[in-house]
Amino acid sequence: MAGRSSRRRFLEATASLTGILAGCKRSPEEDEGPRRIGRPLRVYGERSEFEKSLRALPTTKILEVGQSYTPLAEVYGTITPSALHYERHHSGVPTIDPATHRLLIHGMVERPLIFTMDDLRRLPSISRVCFIECAGNSHAGYGPRDAPTVQLSHGLVSCSEWTGVRLSLLLSEAGVQSGAKWILAEGADAAKMQRSIPLEKAMEDILVAYGQNGEALRPEQGYPLRLVIPGWEGNANVKWLRRLKLTDQPYMTRDETSKYSDSMPDGNARQFTFVMEAKSVVTFPSGGQKLAGAGFYEITGLAWSGRGRIDRVEVSTDSGGTWQDAGLSEPRLPAALTRFRLPWRWDGREAIVQSRATDETGYVQPSHETLVAVRGANYEYHNNCIRPWKVLADGSVTDVAG
Amino acid sequence: MWLVRFGVALVCAGLLAQSPKYGVGRTPSPEEIRAMDISILPDGTGLPEGQGTAAEGREVYARRCARCHGPKGQGGDEPKQSPLVGGRGSLKSPKPLKTVGSYWPYAPSVWDYVNRAMPLDRPGTLTHNQVYSLVAFIFSMNGIIGENDVLDAKTLAKIRMPNRDGFVPDPRPDVGKKK
Repeated sequence: MAGRSSRRRFLEATASLTGILAGCKRSPEEDEGPRRIGRPLRVYGERSEFEKSLRALPTTKILEVGQSYTPLAEVYGTITPSALHYERHHSGVPTIDPATHRLLIHGMVERPLIFTMDDLRRLPSISRVCFIECAGNSHAGYGPRDAPTVQLSHGLVSCSEWTGVRLSLLLSEAGVQSGAKWILAEGADAAKMQRSIPLEKAMEDILVAYGQNGEALRPEQGYPLRLVIPGWEGNANVKWLRRLKLTDQPYMTRDETSKYSDSMPDGNARQFTFVMEAKSVVTFPSGGQKLAGAGFYEITGLAWSGRGRIDRVEVSTDSGGTWQDAGLSEPRLPAALTRFRLPWRWDGREAIVQSRATDETGYVQPSHETLVAVRGANYEYHNNCIRPWKVLADGSVTDVAG
Repeated sequence: MWLVRFGVALVCAGLLAQSPKYGVGRTPSPEEIRAMDISILPDGTGLPEGQGTAAEGREVYARRCARCHGPKGQGGDEPKQSPLVGGRGSLKSPKPLKTVGSYWPYAPSVWDYVNRAMPLDRPGTLTHNQVYSLVAFIFSMNGIIGENDVLDAKTLAKIRMPNRDGFVPDPRPDVGKKK
Protein backbone atom coordinates (compact mmCIF):
# COMPACT_ATOMS: atom_id res chain seq x y z
CA MET A 1 0.00 0.00 0.00
CA ALA A 2 2.65 2.31 1.09
CA GLY A 3 4.53 1.64 -2.16
CA ARG A 4 1.53 2.42 -4.39
CA SER A 5 0.74 5.48 -2.43
CA SER A 6 4.26 6.86 -2.77
CA ARG A 7 4.30 5.95 -6.47
CA ARG A 8 1.04 7.87 -6.96
CA ARG A 9 2.45 10.85 -5.10
CA PHE A 10 5.51 10.70 -7.33
CA LEU A 11 3.38 10.59 -10.47
CA GLU A 12 1.23 13.46 -9.23
CA ALA A 13 4.30 15.50 -8.37
CA THR A 14 5.85 14.77 -11.74
CA ALA A 15 2.66 15.75 -13.52
CA SER A 16 2.42 19.05 -11.67
CA LEU A 17 6.12 19.77 -12.23
CA THR A 18 5.68 19.15 -15.95
CA GLY A 19 2.75 21.55 -15.85
CA ILE A 20 4.88 24.20 -14.17
CA LEU A 21 7.70 23.73 -16.67
CA ALA A 22 5.22 23.92 -19.55
CA GLY A 23 3.86 27.13 -18.08
CA CYS A 24 7.28 28.85 -18.14
CA LYS A 25 8.60 27.46 -21.39
CA ARG A 26 11.07 29.78 -23.07
CA SER A 27 11.14 28.82 -26.71
CA PRO A 28 9.23 26.58 -29.07
CA GLU A 29 12.41 24.58 -29.46
CA GLU A 30 12.05 23.24 -25.92
CA ASP A 31 8.71 21.73 -26.82
CA GLU A 32 10.26 19.70 -29.58
CA GLY A 33 11.99 17.12 -27.45
CA PRO A 34 15.78 17.01 -27.38
CA ARG A 35 17.28 20.50 -27.51
CA ARG A 36 20.03 21.37 -29.92
CA ILE A 37 23.34 22.01 -28.23
CA GLY A 38 24.71 25.50 -28.84
CA ARG A 39 27.79 26.63 -30.69
CA PRO A 40 31.18 25.47 -29.36
CA LEU A 41 33.88 27.64 -27.84
CA ARG A 42 35.76 29.76 -30.30
CA VAL A 43 39.04 31.66 -30.19
CA TYR A 44 37.78 34.97 -31.54
CA GLY A 45 34.31 36.31 -30.91
CA GLU A 46 31.80 37.99 -33.15
CA ARG A 47 28.62 39.89 -32.37
CA SER A 48 25.21 38.23 -32.52
CA GLU A 49 23.92 37.54 -35.99
CA PHE A 50 20.87 39.58 -35.03
CA GLU A 51 22.90 42.76 -34.54
CA LYS A 52 23.19 44.74 -37.75
CA SER A 53 24.66 48.15 -36.84
CA LEU A 54 27.07 49.39 -39.49
CA ARG A 55 29.12 52.44 -40.27
CA ALA A 56 27.59 54.53 -43.05
CA LEU A 57 29.75 54.98 -46.12
CA PRO A 58 29.78 58.18 -48.17
CA THR A 59 28.08 58.21 -51.57
CA THR A 60 31.39 58.94 -53.29
CA LYS A 61 33.10 56.50 -55.65
CA ILE A 62 36.63 56.67 -54.27
CA LEU A 63 36.33 55.00 -50.87
CA GLU A 64 40.07 55.26 -50.09
CA VAL A 65 39.46 58.94 -49.43
CA GLY A 66 36.59 60.09 -47.29
CA GLN A 67 34.80 59.21 -44.10
CA SER A 68 32.52 56.53 -42.66
CA TYR A 69 30.09 57.44 -39.89
CA THR A 70 29.50 55.80 -36.49
CA PRO A 71 25.85 54.76 -35.94
CA LEU A 72 25.51 56.91 -32.82
CA ALA A 73 21.83 56.03 -32.32
CA GLU A 74 22.70 52.34 -32.13
CA VAL A 75 25.59 52.35 -29.63
CA TYR A 76 25.13 52.12 -25.88
CA GLY A 77 26.99 53.93 -23.13
CA THR A 78 30.05 55.96 -23.99
CA ILE A 79 32.63 53.61 -25.54
CA THR A 80 32.36 53.14 -29.29
CA PRO A 81 32.91 49.55 -30.44
CA SER A 82 36.23 49.60 -32.31
CA ALA A 83 34.62 48.05 -35.38
CA LEU A 84 32.19 51.00 -35.51
CA HIS A 85 34.68 53.82 -34.76
CA TYR A 86 34.32 56.43 -37.48
CA GLU A 87 36.96 56.54 -40.22
CA ARG A 88 38.56 59.41 -42.11
CA HIS A 89 41.34 58.57 -44.53
CA HIS A 90 43.25 60.70 -46.99
CA SER A 91 45.05 57.94 -48.82
CA GLY A 92 43.48 54.64 -47.85
CA VAL A 93 44.26 52.28 -44.96
CA PRO A 94 47.85 51.01 -45.20
CA THR A 95 48.85 47.50 -44.19
CA ILE A 96 51.75 47.87 -41.78
CA ASP A 97 53.75 45.02 -40.26
CA PRO A 98 54.44 46.01 -36.64
CA ALA A 99 57.72 44.08 -36.76
CA THR A 100 59.11 46.53 -39.30
CA HIS A 101 57.34 49.71 -38.17
CA ARG A 102 59.57 52.46 -36.72
CA LEU A 103 58.97 55.81 -35.03
CA LEU A 104 61.67 58.43 -35.65
CA ILE A 105 62.03 61.43 -33.35
CA HIS A 106 64.42 64.07 -34.69
CA GLY A 107 64.87 67.74 -35.50
CA MET A 108 65.51 70.08 -32.56
CA VAL A 109 66.43 67.32 -30.08
CA GLU A 110 69.67 66.45 -28.28
CA ARG A 111 69.48 62.79 -29.30
CA PRO A 112 67.49 61.66 -32.35
CA LEU A 113 65.88 58.31 -31.56
CA ILE A 114 64.28 55.44 -33.43
CA PHE A 115 61.79 53.23 -31.60
CA THR A 116 60.47 49.84 -32.66
CA MET A 117 57.02 48.76 -31.48
CA ASP A 118 58.74 46.44 -28.98
CA ASP A 119 60.77 49.42 -27.68
CA LEU A 120 57.60 51.45 -27.18
CA ARG A 121 55.85 48.62 -25.34
CA ARG A 122 58.76 48.41 -22.87
CA LEU A 123 58.20 51.98 -21.72
CA PRO A 124 55.82 53.09 -18.94
CA SER A 125 52.30 53.18 -20.38
CA ILE A 126 49.03 54.83 -19.53
CA SER A 127 45.42 54.32 -20.59
CA ARG A 128 42.84 57.04 -20.93
CA VAL A 129 39.37 57.34 -22.35
CA CYS A 130 38.82 60.16 -24.81
CA PHE A 131 36.79 61.02 -27.85
CA ILE A 132 38.17 61.71 -31.29
CA GLU A 133 36.02 63.97 -33.45
CA CYS A 134 36.64 64.91 -37.07
CA ALA A 135 36.83 68.69 -37.47
CA GLY A 136 34.26 68.26 -40.25
CA ASN A 137 31.71 66.49 -38.05
CA SER A 138 28.21 67.99 -38.50
CA HIS A 139 29.38 69.80 -41.60
CA ALA A 140 26.29 68.56 -43.41
CA GLY A 141 24.18 69.87 -40.57
CA TYR A 142 25.57 73.36 -40.61
CA GLY A 143 24.01 75.03 -43.61
CA PRO A 144 20.74 73.50 -44.67
CA ARG A 145 20.73 70.97 -41.79
CA ASP A 146 20.02 68.36 -44.38
CA ALA A 147 21.51 65.27 -42.73
CA PRO A 148 18.53 62.97 -42.14
CA THR A 149 20.03 60.88 -39.32
CA VAL A 150 22.27 61.44 -36.31
CA GLN A 151 24.70 58.98 -37.89
CA LEU A 152 25.21 61.30 -40.85
CA SER A 153 24.95 64.55 -38.89
CA HIS A 154 27.17 63.65 -35.91
CA GLY A 155 28.71 60.24 -36.65
CA LEU A 156 32.26 61.54 -37.05
CA VAL A 157 32.86 61.32 -33.32
CA SER A 158 33.77 58.15 -31.43
CA CYS A 159 35.20 57.37 -28.01
CA SER A 160 37.72 54.74 -26.97
CA GLU A 161 40.07 53.79 -24.18
CA TRP A 162 43.51 54.41 -25.66
CA THR A 163 46.73 52.86 -24.33
CA GLY A 164 50.26 53.94 -25.07
CA VAL A 165 53.20 56.06 -24.01
CA ARG A 166 53.03 59.73 -23.12
CA LEU A 167 54.61 61.79 -25.90
CA SER A 168 56.29 63.93 -23.22
CA LEU A 169 58.17 60.83 -22.03
CA LEU A 170 59.52 60.11 -25.51
CA LEU A 171 60.49 63.76 -25.91
CA SER A 172 62.42 63.75 -22.61
CA GLU A 173 64.29 60.69 -23.81
CA ALA A 174 65.27 62.59 -26.95
CA GLY A 175 65.95 65.84 -25.05
CA VAL A 176 64.08 68.81 -26.53
CA GLN A 177 66.34 71.74 -27.49
CA SER A 178 65.47 75.21 -26.33
CA GLY A 179 63.70 77.14 -29.06
CA ALA A 180 61.65 74.15 -30.21
CA LYS A 181 57.98 75.09 -30.30
CA TRP A 182 56.26 72.74 -32.75
CA ILE A 183 56.24 69.07 -33.68
CA LEU A 184 55.60 67.85 -37.20
CA ALA A 185 53.78 64.50 -37.00
CA GLU A 186 53.81 62.27 -40.06
CA GLY A 187 51.84 59.14 -40.91
CA ALA A 188 53.01 56.10 -42.86
CA ASP A 189 49.98 56.10 -45.15
CA ALA A 190 50.55 56.45 -48.88
CA ALA A 191 50.18 60.26 -48.72
CA LYS A 192 52.40 60.60 -45.60
CA MET A 193 49.80 62.77 -43.85
CA GLN A 194 51.49 65.61 -41.93
CA ARG A 195 50.30 67.97 -39.20
CA SER A 196 52.17 70.50 -37.05
CA ILE A 197 51.31 70.37 -33.36
CA PRO A 198 52.33 72.84 -30.65
CA LEU A 199 54.99 71.39 -28.31
CA GLU A 200 53.07 72.77 -25.33
CA LYS A 201 50.18 70.34 -25.94
CA ALA A 202 52.64 67.46 -26.32
CA MET A 203 54.07 68.19 -22.89
CA GLU A 204 50.54 68.29 -21.48
CA ASP A 205 48.65 65.17 -22.51
CA ILE A 206 49.36 63.78 -25.99
CA LEU A 207 49.53 60.00 -26.15
CA VAL A 208 51.47 57.83 -28.61
CA ALA A 209 48.95 55.02 -28.65
CA TYR A 210 49.13 51.38 -29.70
CA GLY A 211 46.06 50.10 -27.85
CA GLN A 212 42.34 50.74 -28.31
CA ASN A 213 39.61 49.27 -26.15
CA GLY A 214 41.75 46.42 -24.87
CA GLU A 215 43.24 45.34 -28.18
CA ALA A 216 45.76 46.70 -30.66
CA LEU A 217 44.61 49.69 -32.72
CA ARG A 218 42.35 48.75 -35.60
CA PRO A 219 44.09 49.24 -38.99
CA GLU A 220 41.69 52.06 -39.84
CA GLN A 221 42.57 53.71 -36.54
CA GLY A 222 46.28 53.81 -37.26
CA TYR A 223 47.66 50.33 -36.58
CA PRO A 224 50.21 49.92 -35.17
CA LEU A 225 50.75 53.46 -33.79
CA ARG A 226 48.95 56.79 -33.70
CA LEU A 227 48.79 60.10 -31.90
CA VAL A 228 45.87 60.65 -29.56
CA ILE A 229 45.46 64.33 -28.74
CA PRO A 230 42.71 64.64 -26.13
CA GLY A 231 40.04 67.12 -27.21
CA TRP A 232 41.68 68.20 -30.47
CA GLU A 233 40.37 67.80 -34.01
CA GLY A 234 40.67 64.29 -35.41
CA ASN A 235 42.99 65.19 -38.27
CA ALA A 236 45.78 66.19 -35.87
CA ASN A 237 45.61 62.73 -34.21
CA VAL A 238 47.97 61.42 -36.90
CA LYS A 239 47.48 57.71 -37.64
CA TRP A 240 50.13 55.17 -38.68
CA LEU A 241 52.60 57.48 -36.92
CA ARG A 242 56.15 57.09 -38.23
CA ARG A 243 57.93 60.39 -37.60
CA LEU A 244 58.00 63.33 -35.18
CA LYS A 245 60.21 66.31 -36.01
CA LEU A 246 60.79 69.09 -33.49
CA THR A 247 60.92 72.56 -35.03
CA ASP A 248 60.70 76.24 -34.13
CA GLN A 249 57.76 76.84 -36.50
CA PRO A 250 54.78 75.07 -38.04
CA TYR A 251 55.30 73.43 -41.44
CA MET A 252 52.14 74.94 -42.97
CA THR A 253 51.24 71.64 -44.64
CA ARG A 254 48.23 71.23 -46.88
CA ASP A 255 46.09 69.86 -44.03
CA GLU A 256 46.74 72.88 -41.81
CA THR A 257 46.34 75.58 -44.47
CA SER A 258 44.10 74.68 -47.40
CA LYS A 259 42.09 72.21 -45.29
CA TYR A 260 40.96 72.30 -41.64
CA SER A 261 41.03 76.11 -41.66
CA ASP A 262 37.81 78.04 -41.10
CA SER A 263 36.69 80.73 -43.55
CA MET A 264 35.21 83.84 -41.95
CA PRO A 265 32.86 86.39 -43.55
CA ASP A 266 35.73 88.91 -43.94
CA GLY A 267 37.55 86.49 -46.24
CA ASN A 268 40.19 85.53 -43.69
CA ALA A 269 40.51 81.98 -42.42
CA ARG A 270 41.15 80.87 -38.87
CA GLN A 271 44.10 78.50 -38.66
CA PHE A 272 45.23 75.93 -36.08
CA THR A 273 41.72 75.73 -34.67
CA PHE A 274 42.53 72.58 -32.74
CA VAL A 275 40.06 72.36 -29.85
CA MET A 276 36.70 70.70 -30.40
CA GLU A 277 34.32 72.82 -28.35
CA ALA A 278 31.45 71.62 -26.14
CA LYS A 279 28.76 69.82 -28.11
CA SER A 280 25.88 67.44 -27.59
CA VAL A 281 23.24 65.68 -29.65
CA VAL A 282 20.09 63.71 -28.91
CA THR A 283 20.44 60.19 -30.30
CA PHE A 284 16.93 59.13 -29.27
CA PRO A 285 14.62 60.37 -30.61
CA SER A 286 16.61 61.27 -33.73
CA GLY A 287 16.14 61.40 -37.49
CA GLY A 288 14.94 58.23 -39.19
CA GLN A 289 13.55 56.64 -36.01
CA LYS A 290 9.86 55.91 -35.37
CA LEU A 291 8.12 56.12 -32.00
CA ALA A 292 5.54 53.38 -31.47
CA GLY A 293 2.93 55.74 -30.01
CA ALA A 294 2.32 58.14 -27.18
CA GLY A 295 3.70 57.17 -23.78
CA PHE A 296 6.98 56.69 -21.96
CA TYR A 297 10.39 56.94 -23.62
CA GLU A 298 13.89 57.71 -22.41
CA ILE A 299 15.46 60.61 -24.26
CA THR A 300 19.18 59.95 -24.53
CA GLY A 301 22.23 61.32 -26.26
CA LEU A 302 25.92 62.14 -26.05
CA ALA A 303 27.83 65.23 -24.92
CA TRP A 304 31.52 66.07 -25.07
CA SER A 305 34.00 68.91 -24.82
CA GLY A 306 37.63 69.20 -25.86
CA ARG A 307 38.16 71.62 -22.97
CA GLY A 308 37.35 69.18 -20.19
CA ARG A 309 34.40 67.58 -18.46
CA ILE A 310 30.74 68.01 -19.29
CA ASP A 311 29.05 69.74 -16.36
CA ARG A 312 25.49 69.93 -17.57
CA VAL A 313 23.21 68.87 -20.40
CA GLU A 314 19.79 70.45 -20.77
CA VAL A 315 17.06 68.99 -22.95
CA SER A 316 14.09 70.79 -24.48
CA THR A 317 11.05 69.04 -25.96
CA ASP A 318 9.09 72.21 -26.76
CA SER A 319 11.12 73.98 -29.47
CA GLY A 320 13.50 75.49 -26.93
CA GLY A 321 10.77 77.08 -24.81
CA THR A 322 11.79 75.29 -21.62
CA TRP A 323 14.88 73.24 -20.74
CA GLN A 324 15.27 70.41 -18.22
CA ASP A 325 18.51 69.05 -16.76
CA ALA A 326 19.27 65.56 -18.05
CA GLY A 327 20.98 62.94 -15.91
CA LEU A 328 24.67 62.46 -16.72
CA SER A 329 26.37 59.06 -16.66
CA GLU A 330 29.42 58.72 -14.44
CA PRO A 331 32.32 58.88 -14.57
CA ARG A 332 32.34 62.16 -16.47
CA LEU A 333 35.85 62.13 -17.92
CA PRO A 334 37.57 65.12 -19.52
CA ALA A 335 37.49 65.09 -23.33
CA ALA A 336 35.39 61.91 -23.32
CA LEU A 337 31.85 61.17 -24.42
CA THR A 338 29.30 61.60 -21.62
CA ARG A 339 25.91 59.90 -21.89
CA PHE A 340 22.85 61.90 -20.88
CA ARG A 341 19.35 60.57 -20.19
CA LEU A 342 15.97 62.10 -19.44
CA PRO A 343 12.65 60.32 -18.83
CA TRP A 344 9.95 61.60 -21.21
CA ARG A 345 6.25 61.01 -21.64
CA TRP A 346 5.37 61.79 -25.22
CA ASP A 347 1.84 63.17 -25.59
CA GLY A 348 1.61 62.12 -29.21
CA ARG A 349 1.83 65.64 -30.59
CA GLU A 350 4.53 67.14 -32.79
CA ALA A 351 7.61 68.01 -30.72
CA ILE A 352 11.03 69.57 -31.33
CA VAL A 353 13.65 67.80 -29.21
CA GLN A 354 17.16 69.17 -28.69
CA SER A 355 20.02 69.24 -26.17
CA ARG A 356 22.46 71.89 -24.95
CA ALA A 357 25.76 71.06 -23.23
CA THR A 358 27.81 73.12 -20.78
CA ASP A 359 31.40 72.15 -20.00
CA GLU A 360 33.50 72.69 -16.89
CA THR A 361 34.84 76.00 -18.24
CA GLY A 362 31.27 77.35 -18.31
CA TYR A 363 31.12 77.28 -22.12
CA VAL A 364 27.55 76.75 -23.31
CA GLN A 365 26.88 75.02 -26.64
CA PRO A 366 25.61 77.70 -29.04
CA SER A 367 22.60 77.67 -31.35
CA HIS A 368 23.00 77.49 -35.11
CA GLU A 369 21.86 81.11 -35.38
CA THR A 370 24.51 82.28 -32.88
CA LEU A 371 27.28 80.51 -34.80
CA VAL A 372 26.18 81.87 -38.17
CA ALA A 373 25.94 85.41 -36.77
CA VAL A 374 29.62 85.31 -35.79
CA ARG A 375 31.19 82.89 -38.27
CA GLY A 376 29.05 83.34 -41.38
CA ALA A 377 27.41 80.83 -43.67
CA ASN A 378 30.62 79.44 -45.18
CA TYR A 379 32.05 78.25 -41.92
CA GLU A 380 32.89 74.64 -42.58
CA TYR A 381 34.70 72.86 -39.77
CA HIS A 382 34.25 72.83 -35.97
CA ASN A 383 30.48 73.13 -36.06
CA ASN A 384 29.26 72.48 -32.51
CA CYS A 385 25.80 74.02 -32.70
CA ILE A 386 22.64 72.68 -31.08
CA ARG A 387 20.86 70.17 -33.29
CA PRO A 388 17.07 69.87 -33.07
CA TRP A 389 15.03 66.84 -34.20
CA LYS A 390 11.34 66.95 -35.03
CA VAL A 391 9.00 64.22 -33.74
CA LEU A 392 5.91 64.16 -35.97
CA ALA A 393 2.44 63.21 -34.73
CA ASP A 394 2.74 59.80 -36.42
CA GLY A 395 5.87 59.10 -34.37
CA SER A 396 8.38 59.47 -37.18
CA VAL A 397 11.43 61.64 -36.49
CA THR A 398 13.03 63.95 -39.04
CA ASP A 399 15.57 66.73 -39.21
CA VAL A 400 14.00 70.12 -38.68
CA ALA A 401 14.38 71.21 -42.29
CA GLY A 402 12.60 68.01 -43.40
CA MET B 1 76.68 80.65 -0.42
CA TRP B 2 72.93 80.03 -0.65
CA LEU B 3 72.96 81.45 -4.17
CA VAL B 4 75.82 79.15 -5.21
CA ARG B 5 74.04 76.08 -3.86
CA PHE B 6 70.84 77.11 -5.62
CA GLY B 7 72.77 77.62 -8.84
CA VAL B 8 74.41 74.17 -8.63
CA ALA B 9 71.02 72.58 -7.96
CA LEU B 10 69.59 74.30 -11.00
CA VAL B 11 72.41 73.08 -13.26
CA CYS B 12 72.00 69.52 -11.94
CA ALA B 13 68.24 69.62 -12.52
CA GLY B 14 68.89 70.86 -16.04
CA LEU B 15 71.33 68.05 -16.77
CA LEU B 16 68.98 65.44 -15.33
CA ALA B 17 66.15 66.71 -17.47
CA GLN B 18 68.38 66.37 -20.50
CA SER B 19 69.59 62.83 -19.91
CA PRO B 20 67.54 59.82 -21.02
CA LYS B 21 65.81 58.05 -18.15
CA TYR B 22 64.97 54.74 -19.82
CA GLY B 23 67.56 54.39 -22.56
CA VAL B 24 65.13 52.52 -24.81
CA GLY B 25 65.35 53.07 -28.58
CA ARG B 26 68.48 53.58 -30.65
CA THR B 27 70.28 56.40 -32.39
CA PRO B 28 69.41 56.61 -36.09
CA SER B 29 72.17 57.19 -38.61
CA PRO B 30 72.15 60.52 -40.51
CA GLU B 31 71.28 58.51 -43.66
CA GLU B 32 68.24 56.98 -41.97
CA ILE B 33 67.03 60.43 -40.96
CA ARG B 34 67.62 61.83 -44.44
CA ALA B 35 65.72 58.97 -46.01
CA MET B 36 62.68 59.56 -43.82
CA ASP B 37 62.72 63.35 -43.59
CA ILE B 38 60.66 64.54 -46.53
CA SER B 39 59.28 67.64 -44.82
CA ILE B 40 59.53 71.06 -46.45
CA LEU B 41 59.30 74.32 -44.53
CA PRO B 42 57.19 77.20 -45.86
CA ASP B 43 60.44 79.11 -46.62
CA GLY B 44 61.44 76.29 -48.98
CA THR B 45 63.97 74.58 -46.68
CA GLY B 46 63.96 70.92 -47.65
CA LEU B 47 63.08 71.42 -51.33
CA PRO B 48 65.23 69.00 -53.36
CA GLU B 49 67.17 69.57 -56.55
CA GLY B 50 65.30 69.59 -59.81
CA GLN B 51 63.37 72.00 -61.99
CA GLY B 52 60.49 72.38 -64.38
CA THR B 53 58.34 74.77 -66.38
CA ALA B 54 54.61 75.04 -67.01
CA ALA B 55 55.16 74.01 -70.61
CA GLU B 56 56.72 70.74 -69.41
CA GLY B 57 54.06 70.32 -66.73
CA ARG B 58 51.17 70.53 -69.21
CA GLU B 59 51.85 67.07 -70.61
CA VAL B 60 52.36 65.42 -67.18
CA TYR B 61 49.19 67.10 -65.96
CA ALA B 62 47.12 65.73 -68.84
CA ARG B 63 48.30 62.19 -68.09
CA ARG B 64 48.33 62.13 -64.29
CA CYS B 65 46.05 64.89 -62.98
CA ALA B 66 43.34 65.95 -65.45
CA ARG B 67 41.09 62.96 -64.73
CA CYS B 68 40.25 64.31 -61.25
CA HIS B 69 41.16 68.00 -61.48
CA GLY B 70 39.71 68.67 -64.95
CA PRO B 71 41.64 69.48 -68.14
CA LYS B 72 42.02 73.12 -67.12
CA GLY B 73 42.25 72.66 -63.34
CA GLN B 74 38.62 73.62 -62.86
CA GLY B 75 37.94 70.49 -60.80
CA GLY B 76 36.06 67.28 -61.48
CA ASP B 77 33.01 65.52 -60.12
CA GLU B 78 35.04 63.35 -57.84
CA PRO B 79 36.80 63.74 -55.59
CA LYS B 80 34.98 66.94 -54.81
CA GLN B 81 36.81 70.08 -53.72
CA SER B 82 39.54 69.43 -56.23
CA PRO B 83 39.62 72.65 -58.29
CA LEU B 84 43.14 74.06 -58.64
CA VAL B 85 42.42 77.25 -60.54
CA GLY B 86 40.37 80.40 -60.05
CA GLY B 87 38.52 81.85 -57.11
CA ARG B 88 40.72 84.94 -56.64
CA GLY B 89 38.65 87.56 -54.85
CA SER B 90 35.89 85.05 -53.99
CA LEU B 91 36.80 84.38 -50.37
CA LYS B 92 34.48 87.10 -49.01
CA SER B 93 31.64 86.13 -51.33
CA PRO B 94 28.70 83.83 -50.49
CA LYS B 95 30.35 81.13 -52.61
CA PRO B 96 34.08 81.18 -51.93
CA LEU B 97 36.15 79.08 -54.34
CA LYS B 98 39.21 77.77 -52.53
CA THR B 99 42.00 76.77 -54.90
CA VAL B 100 45.78 76.78 -55.02
CA GLY B 101 45.51 80.24 -56.59
CA SER B 102 42.93 81.76 -54.26
CA TYR B 103 43.61 80.07 -50.92
CA TRP B 104 46.94 78.29 -50.45
CA PRO B 105 49.30 80.61 -48.52
CA TYR B 106 52.72 79.03 -49.29
CA ALA B 107 54.18 77.87 -52.61
CA PRO B 108 56.55 75.21 -51.11
CA SER B 109 53.51 73.56 -49.42
CA VAL B 110 52.03 72.95 -52.86
CA TRP B 111 55.23 71.23 -54.00
CA ASP B 112 55.29 69.19 -50.78
CA TYR B 113 51.70 68.05 -51.14
CA VAL B 114 51.95 67.09 -54.81
CA ASN B 115 55.18 65.24 -54.04
CA ARG B 116 53.80 63.36 -51.01
CA ALA B 117 50.20 62.72 -51.90
CA MET B 118 49.59 62.96 -55.64
CA PRO B 119 48.38 61.49 -57.85
CA LEU B 120 45.70 60.11 -55.59
CA ASP B 121 45.87 56.56 -56.94
CA ARG B 122 49.69 56.32 -56.92
CA PRO B 123 51.21 58.83 -54.50
CA GLY B 124 54.97 59.18 -54.48
CA THR B 125 55.51 58.09 -58.08
CA LEU B 126 56.28 61.51 -59.60
CA THR B 127 59.92 62.51 -60.13
CA HIS B 128 61.15 65.74 -58.56
CA ASN B 129 61.34 67.35 -62.01
CA GLN B 130 57.76 66.30 -62.71
CA VAL B 131 56.61 67.82 -59.42
CA TYR B 132 58.39 71.12 -60.20
CA SER B 133 56.85 71.21 -63.67
CA LEU B 134 53.36 70.33 -62.39
CA VAL B 135 53.50 73.04 -59.74
CA ALA B 136 54.71 75.45 -62.43
CA PHE B 137 51.74 74.48 -64.64
CA ILE B 138 49.25 74.95 -61.77
CA PHE B 139 50.79 78.32 -60.83
CA SER B 140 50.82 79.36 -64.49
CA MET B 141 47.12 78.49 -64.91
CA ASN B 142 46.52 80.77 -61.90
CA GLY B 143 48.56 83.62 -63.41
CA ILE B 144 51.08 83.45 -60.57
CA ILE B 145 54.03 82.73 -62.90
CA GLY B 146 54.57 82.74 -66.65
CA GLU B 147 54.43 79.74 -69.00
CA ASN B 148 58.23 79.62 -69.39
CA ASP B 149 59.33 80.56 -65.88
CA VAL B 150 61.62 77.89 -64.45
CA LEU B 151 60.70 76.60 -61.01
CA ASP B 152 63.42 75.14 -58.80
CA ALA B 153 64.15 75.18 -55.07
CA LYS B 154 65.23 78.83 -55.22
CA THR B 155 62.57 80.33 -57.48
CA LEU B 156 59.73 78.37 -55.87
CA ALA B 157 60.69 79.61 -52.39
CA LYS B 158 60.56 83.22 -53.62
CA ILE B 159 56.96 83.07 -54.88
CA ARG B 160 54.50 85.00 -52.75
CA MET B 161 51.07 83.39 -52.96
CA PRO B 162 48.05 85.71 -53.41
CA ASN B 163 46.43 84.61 -50.11
CA ARG B 164 49.67 84.68 -48.08
CA ASP B 165 48.15 86.97 -45.43
CA GLY B 166 44.70 85.40 -45.42
CA PHE B 167 45.06 83.39 -42.22
CA VAL B 168 44.45 84.45 -38.61
CA PRO B 169 45.00 82.65 -35.29
CA ASP B 170 42.18 80.82 -33.48
CA PRO B 171 40.20 83.36 -31.42
CA ARG B 172 37.78 80.84 -29.90
CA PRO B 173 35.82 80.79 -27.70
CA ASP B 174 34.12 83.45 -29.81
CA VAL B 175 30.62 82.31 -28.84
CA GLY B 176 29.18 80.25 -26.00
CA LYS B 177 30.90 82.07 -23.16
CA LYS B 178 28.90 82.07 -19.98
CA LYS B 179 27.07 85.34 -19.49
